[in-house]
Amino acid sequence: MKKLFSAMRGAYVSLIFAILYLPVAVMIVLSFNESKSYYKWGGFSFTKYEALFNNDIIMEAVGTTVILGLASAAIATVIGTLGCIGLLAMKKRTEACVTAAGNIPLLNADIVTGVSLMLFFSGIVGRMSNITLLISHITLVLPYVVLNVYPKLKQFDKSIYQAALDLGANPVMAFFKVILPDIFPGVLTGFLLALTLSIDDFTITYFTKGQGLNTLSTLIYTNRIRGILPEYYALTSIMFVTVLLLILVIQIVNMRSNITANSQTRKEKDY
Amino acid sequence: MTNKKNIWLSGPYIIWIAGFIILPILTIVYYAFTDATKKFTFSNIVNAVTDTANLKALGLTVLLATLATLICLLLAYPLALCLTKSRIKNKTLLIYLFILPIFMNFMLQMVAINVILEDNGIINSLLQALGLPKFHIANTFTAILIGMSYDYFPFMLLPIYNTVSRIDKDYINASKDLGANSLKTFLKVTFPLTLPGVVSGITMVFVPAISDFAIAEMLGGGKIMLIGNVVEMSFTKGHYYQGSGLALLLMVFVLLSSLIPTGDSDTEGGAIIL
Amino acid sequence: MKKDNIVELRDISVTFDGEQILDGLNLDIKDKEFITLLGPSGCGKTTTLRLIAGFLEPESGEIVFDGKKINGVPAYKRQVNTIFQRYALFPHLNVYENIAFGLRIKKLKEKEIEEKVNEMLELVNLKGLEKRSIDTLSGGQQQRVAIARAIVNRPRVLLLDEPLAALDLKLRKEMQKELKNIQQQLGITFVFVTHDQEEALTMSDRVVVMAGGKIQQIGTPQDIYNEPKNAFVADFIGDSNIIDGIMVKDLLVNFLGVDFPCVDTGFGNNNPVDVVIRPEDVILVPPQKSEMKGTVTSLIFKGVHYEMDVMAGGFKWLVHSTKMEPVGSEVGIYIEPENIQIMHKPRSKDEEAVSIDE
Repeated sequence: MKKLFSAMRGAYVSLIFAILYLPVAVMIVLSFNESKSYYKWGGFSFTKYEALFNNDIIMEAVGTTVILGLASAAIATVIGTLGCIGLLAMKKRTEACVTAAGNIPLLNADIVTGVSLMLFFSGIVGRMSNITLLISHITLVLPYVVLNVYPKLKQFDKSIYQAALDLGANPVMAFFKVILPDIFPGVLTGFLLALTLSIDDFTITYFTKGQGLNTLSTLIYTNRIRGILPEYYALTSIMFVTVLLLILVIQIVNMRSNITANSQTRKEKDY
Repeated sequence: MTNKKNIWLSGPYIIWIAGFIILPILTIVYYAFTDATKKFTFSNIVNAVTDTANLKALGLTVLLATLATLICLLLAYPLALCLTKSRIKNKTLLIYLFILPIFMNFMLQMVAINVILEDNGIINSLLQALGLPKFHIANTFTAILIGMSYDYFPFMLLPIYNTVSRIDKDYINASKDLGANSLKTFLKVTFPLTLPGVVSGITMVFVPAISDFAIAEMLGGGKIMLIGNVVEMSFTKGHYYQGSGLALLLMVFVLLSSLIPTGDSDTEGGAIIL
Repeated sequence: MKKDNIVELRDISVTFDGEQILDGLNLDIKDKEFITLLGPSGCGKTTTLRLIAGFLEPESGEIVFDGKKINGVPAYKRQVNTIFQRYALFPHLNVYENIAFGLRIKKLKEKEIEEKVNEMLELVNLKGLEKRSIDTLSGGQQQRVAIARAIVNRPRVLLLDEPLAALDLKLRKEMQKELKNIQQQLGITFVFVTHDQEEALTMSDRVVVMAGGKIQQIGTPQDIYNEPKNAFVADFIGDSNIIDGIMVKDLLVNFLGVDFPCVDTGFGNNNPVDVVIRPEDVILVPPQKSEMKGTVTSLIFKGVHYEMDVMAGGFKWLVHSTKMEPVGSEVGIYIEPENIQIMHKPRSKDEEAVSIDE
C-alpha cells in the first residue's frame, strides 16, 4: 500500500512538472528545427538563432529590456536598502504605515498601477518617455527589494554593529564593514528578483513606455497579429537558460546564508 | 543602528512612495470623480457598474477568475502535499523548479502556449498525424482559462507549500495517537492548519486573474472582452475619466481582498517568491 | 575630580518608556581598578555600562572621562572598548580579521597590525587559530577572541557585559582567573557587569551592588560580604536569615520574641530594625541551652557542609553546619553577639519594594 501511494505521488509530481515545462520544452526543441513546421523535424540547425541575432528590432528590444532591468534593479536596490535602514529607526506605527504604503504595488493589480502611473505622468510631463518607463519599473520592483532586505536587517544582531562602533568605526564604515556583508544575501536576492520581475513585466511597461520604444514584452504584444516568429523559439531558449542560471545563483546565495544562519542558531542553543 | 538620525536615509524611499505610489493613486481617484469639464461627478463610477457591456465583461471575468483559481487550487494542494513528502532533500531547489516558468518573460510564455494550442499547433498537428479530428481551442474562453491557470499556478503553490511544509509532524502524530485515521487527520488537523496558505493562494491567483487583459488579448485573439480589456481600451482610446472609474473600483476590490486575514503574514508577499 | 578617577558618573538619570532605569546615579571609577557592577536583572547595571560605552545618552547628569565631560561623544570616539554579552564577533571575518578590526579602522601599517594581533593571540592562547572562521570556535575560544579584539586597541577602560554568562561552570572559573591576570598584566581599568555574586566577590577590587536604578553599596568584596549596608545587599550577597526585630536598647535586640545581646549601638530604643544572620553563623545547641527552641525540618548534604532548615520562633532558619542534626530533632539556636547584624529598615517605599522583590 505504502509503495503504491508513494508511486502515485511520484507520478502526480512528474505530471504537473511535465505540464509546467511542456511549453518551454517544445519551444527549445523547435528552436533547433530547420523546418518551420510544428511537428515535422526538418533537421538540426541554428537558423532560428541566426535569424534572432540578425533581427535588429528584436535585438534592440532585448537590449532595452536588459538595460531597463539592470538600471531599475540597481536603483531600487539602493533606494530600498537605504529605506530599510531608515525603517528600522522609525517608531512602530510610522514603520507600519510606510511599509504598508510601499507594498501597494505588490498587492495592487498591475493594470491599476500601470494606468495610475500613466495618468500621473501625462498630467505632469504630458507624454511617456524612457524616464517615465524607468521610474515605473523602479516603483514596481522596489517593494520586492524591501521585502528581501528588511527581514535580514531586522535579524541582524545590533550588538555586532555596536561592536564595530566600539572598535572605532564610524556609522558609515560600520555599515560597509559589518552590516552590508551580513545582509548581502538579502540585498543580492532583492536585486536579482527585481531584475527578473522587470524583465518579465508587460503591463506596467505597456502603459508607461514612450512611443517608438519597445521592450521584449511590448514588441511581442505589438506583433501578435503576425503570429509566431521563428526568432521567438531561439529567444525563449536563451531566456530560459538565463533565468535558470539566475535562479540557481539566488538559490546558492540563499543556501550559503542559511548555512551560516543555522550554525549561528546552533551555537546559541549551546549556550 | 536604531539611531533616529538614520530615518533620513529612508528619504528617497518615502519620496518614491509618496511621489510614484500615492500621488498616481490620488490621480486615479481625482479622474474617477470628475468629468471632462473638471466638475465633480459620480457618473464614472455609476457607469462602470451599470453599463451592460461592462457588466457582461465583469461576469465573464469573475467566472474566468473563479475557474482559474479553482483549477490552481485543486492542482496545487495535492502537489504541495506530495512535495513535502518527497524524499528529495533539497526542497527549496525542488520548489524553485516548480516556480521557474513564471520567471520567464511573460509574453514568451504566451507565445509558447499558443504554439501548443493553435489550430495548427502541436496538439492539433499530433491529432492530425494520428488521423484524429482537430479541435479548436485557440482564441476561446478555454484557451484563456488554460493560459491563466498555467501562468498563476506557482502563486497558488507557494503559499500552500509554505504552510504545509511548516506543519509540525507531532501534530499529525498526536492526531493519530488520539485515534484519528489518515483521512480524519487530514480533515481535522492538516487542512485547518494550511488554511492561511490556501486563503493567501486564492488571493494571489484571483487578484491578477480578475485584472488581466494581456492573457485575454494574446490567447483570446481580441475576441473576448474581460474587465481588464475594458479598462485598457478606455485608456488607450483616451477615455481617462470613465477608465479611472473602473480602475478605482478594481483597485478597491483588489486592495480589500488583500486585507483578508491569513493569520500568517509569512505566507504573503515575501514568501511568495522565496 | 580626584586625580586617580578615570570615569566619573554624576547624577545620572535614565528612563525608558516612562520607567526609571537609573535614578541619580553617582559613581567614581578609579584608574586601573577592577570594579564590578553587581545586581539582579533590571537593576540598571548594563545601562550604566552602555552609558560609559556611548551606546546610550543619559537624560540628565554628566559622564566624565579622564577629567573631560564626554556626554554626546559617539561610541567610536571614546577610549573605551566593550566585551559584549554574546561577544558580537563579526561572523563574516575570521579570528585574525576580527582582532585586527579596530587596528584597520585606525589605518595602522600592515606590519604593525600583524605584530599586535600576534601578541594578542599569544596573550589569549589562540595561536594557530587565526585563519579559523568564527562559527567553528567553541564558546571559550569565542570569548578569547572577543577579549583580544577589545584589548588590542589598548583602551583606557574595558567594559565587560556579563562576558562569562554563556560559559559552563568549569570554563567560567578558568576565565575568571585569566581575566584577572590580563587585567593586572595590562593595567587596564575593567568595569565588569554580572548578576553572579560569587563571580563579583572573587574577581573585583571593588563591588558596586545595584538595585532599582540605585547604588545600594560600594566596597571591597570583604566589606560587602561582612558588612552589608542593608537587607537587600545582605540577601543578594550569599544566603541570609533576615528577621524583623526591635532594637530594645544599645547592645540588645529582640526578635522572634527572644532578647539577644549584640554589638551594635546607636539605633535608639525600641526601634524596628532588620536583623541579618548568615546561615554559617547559626549555631545549633541542645534545646535546654537556648531560649530559641525549634525543630529541624529538612536536611541536605552540600559537600562542604550540611544545609538545614530549622523551624524556631515561627521563622524558618537557614543553617549551615558541618555537624548534622536529623530531621525532626529538637534543637536550640545560639548566635555570637558579633555575628548579629542590625540594619535600619528601608525608609522609602522604593527601597521596600526592592528588598521584597529580590
